[in-house]
Amino acid sequence: MNSLILACTLVSIGIYGVLTRKELVAVLASIEVMLGGAQLLLAAYVAGTGAAAGSAQGITILVLSVGGAEAAVGLALLVALVRRGRTRTDQIEEVRG
Amino acid sequence: MSELLGLKTELLRTIPYLAMLVPLALTALIAAGVRVWGKAAPWISLIGPLVAVGVGAASLAKGSSGAFVWISSGSSVLQLGWRTDGLSAIMLLVVGVVASCVIVFSVGYMHGERGYVRYFAILSLFTAAMCGLVIAGDLIGLFIGWELVGACSFLLIGFWYDKPSAADAARKAFLVTRVGDAAMLVGMAILYNATGTLEIRPLLALTPTLAPGLVTAAAICVLLGAVGKSAQFPLHIWLPDAMEGPTPVSALIHAATMVAAGVFLVVRMWTLFALSSQASTLALVLGTVTALGAALVALTQTDIKKVLAYSTISQLGFMFAALGVGAWTVAIFHLVTHAAFKALLFLTSGSVIHGTGTQDMREMGDLRRSMPLTTTAWIVGGLALAGIPPLAGFFSKDAVVSSVLHAAPLAGVALLLASLLTGAYVARATRLAFFGTSRAAHPAHESGATMLVPLAVLAVGAMGLGFAGPAIAHVFGDKSEALSLGLAALAVGIALVGAAGGWWFAGDAGAIEGAFTGTGARAWAFVRSGYEIDSLVATLVLAPLSAIARALDAMGDRVLVDGAAEGSASLARRAGDALSALQTGDVQWYGALIAAGVIIMLAATVWLVK
Repeated sequence: MNSLILACTLVSIGIYGVLTRKELVAVLASIEVMLGGAQLLLAAYVAGTGAAAGSAQGITILVLSVGGAEAAVGLALLVALVRRGRTRTDQIEEVRG
Repeated sequence: MSELLGLKTELLRTIPYLAMLVPLALTALIAAGVRVWGKAAPWISLIGPLVAVGVGAASLAKGSSGAFVWISSGSSVLQLGWRTDGLSAIMLLVVGVVASCVIVFSVGYMHGERGYVRYFAILSLFTAAMCGLVIAGDLIGLFIGWELVGACSFLLIGFWYDKPSAADAARKAFLVTRVGDAAMLVGMAILYNATGTLEIRPLLALTPTLAPGLVTAAAICVLLGAVGKSAQFPLHIWLPDAMEGPTPVSALIHAATMVAAGVFLVVRMWTLFALSSQASTLALVLGTVTALGAALVALTQTDIKKVLAYSTISQLGFMFAALGVGAWTVAIFHLVTHAAFKALLFLTSGSVIHGTGTQDMREMGDLRRSMPLTTTAWIVGGLALAGIPPLAGFFSKDAVVSSVLHAAPLAGVALLLASLLTGAYVARATRLAFFGTSRAAHPAHESGATMLVPLAVLAVGAMGLGFAGPAIAHVFGDKSEALSLGLAALAVGIALVGAAGGWWFAGDAGAIEGAFTGTGARAWAFVRSGYEIDSLVATLVLAPLSAIARALDAMGDRVLVDGAAEGSASLARRAGDALSALQTGDVQWYGALIAAGVIIMLAATVWLVK
């Protein structure tokens, strides 16, 4: 139950950060915080219910690696934007399809 | 096999409908190839009237009738049916022959006009509508034909639509006849309400059982429809203006066929009409007033077509007077002869206009030298119109006058006076246009063969149809009255006196009327304007109507309609302005809204589930 509350808190903090911070780095960090909350929820679920250890842990590891990949892509985008002098969300105007 | 045979006889019985369907199909065919047909168009459209003549001749021997259900809603059933009897057969023959002559005449007359093919498409449509009108077995089918001929009349009067006077005349004709049409529709509604059918024969069979007041109301409404279509006082004002259309159109629509549809309608509804003495009296009064009044106006006109237009109004007045005294076979007889000689006169005037380039008789004179054949045709038509024996008009007009004189002596005397004036205006127009000295700016030339052949055909009709009186009476199972020699001599004498007066009056190119001064000149101008009825209508009808329209425009249209339209537009614009504040383009603002939405939905779910 405690880990559930912690997970919810983490996700909420992440959402708050995404919605309020203008700095791209901070937004990315907030997304990572949200992702951390989600991973914690998954891990806590596996631990709490005692589900079949092999597959549950596998899924947790998978989510962790997806989170890592996502962070890598996000950071790459961030670097590209910073090179163009965009460090804040409201400066990104010409990323149109 | 027997079923198949049954179907075949069923199809054979519908042959009369071809008189309407063939010209209708030809209209579509011509209209589909406006740019293709060129000079072939008249010959394609000629097939329609020829079919009508064939059907008419066939129905003269053996009539038929039938119907198919058009709209069925609950217990009310609207049928479209046909009924060919002697009356339809005679009308089909008149329409077919005159339309054929007019189409052939138009080949030369309309040569090189812009809209040549369109012209023949509309003529074909007119033939279809007119045939549909005369063979209709139901009032609803008759009314459809009735409105369609009106629409064709509108289209053809306004044929030169870029000329403002033609466009105005077309609108005027459409609106004025609409007054009569509205009355006719009311009459149909009354009859349908009372009898539960619009099929003419059962409806007429039921009319004697109806309340007299109802019968009178219906008969007067139907009569008003006829009055509008046949240009009788006070709804005659559209016909003189309708002369803006091409002259062959005037011959076909505004002399021989469409304007006679009013007489046809009254005869078709005769059982109803005969039950109401008020309606008969109204027809007699309107007919007599029109016959006399229009003849006087015709005497003062200088436009050759206007003379013929007022003459047509006057002659239709003769027919209505005959209807008013119950002599409907005589009215139909006069309708037939009038169709021949008036179409002849109109086509002749078309030939004159084509040859001289003017309609003003003051600019003609001495055409008998340059246009001898046209002059001969005119004289034949003119003598027939004036009622000189043995031409057609003599027999039919004499029959009309003697019937009216027996039943209503005063009206009969008025018609004799109208005959006097008829002789006078014919003689005046003849002398002004064809005799005396030439006042033309350009030398006139005789018209070509396509224009002269129809004149010859109609001239034969104008000479010979007078002897068809007994045959027409026979078709209706009626005995034709023997000609009363005393009255005939009197009528001819009156016509000759009138002609002599008119001839004298037209001497020196109409110098006599030009020499009028003071009251005389004012009276002449008053009559010439058609008794100022146009300006009277403008003051009494148009001015109040436009005032009401303007008031409605100011109140209803500007405030309500524009208010509603512009109000909703401005509401949408303002709502857009307000809502566009939400569209900031800021991702985080959108994210916040999405998050807020999720929270609200979660809260709602929790609250509802609890």
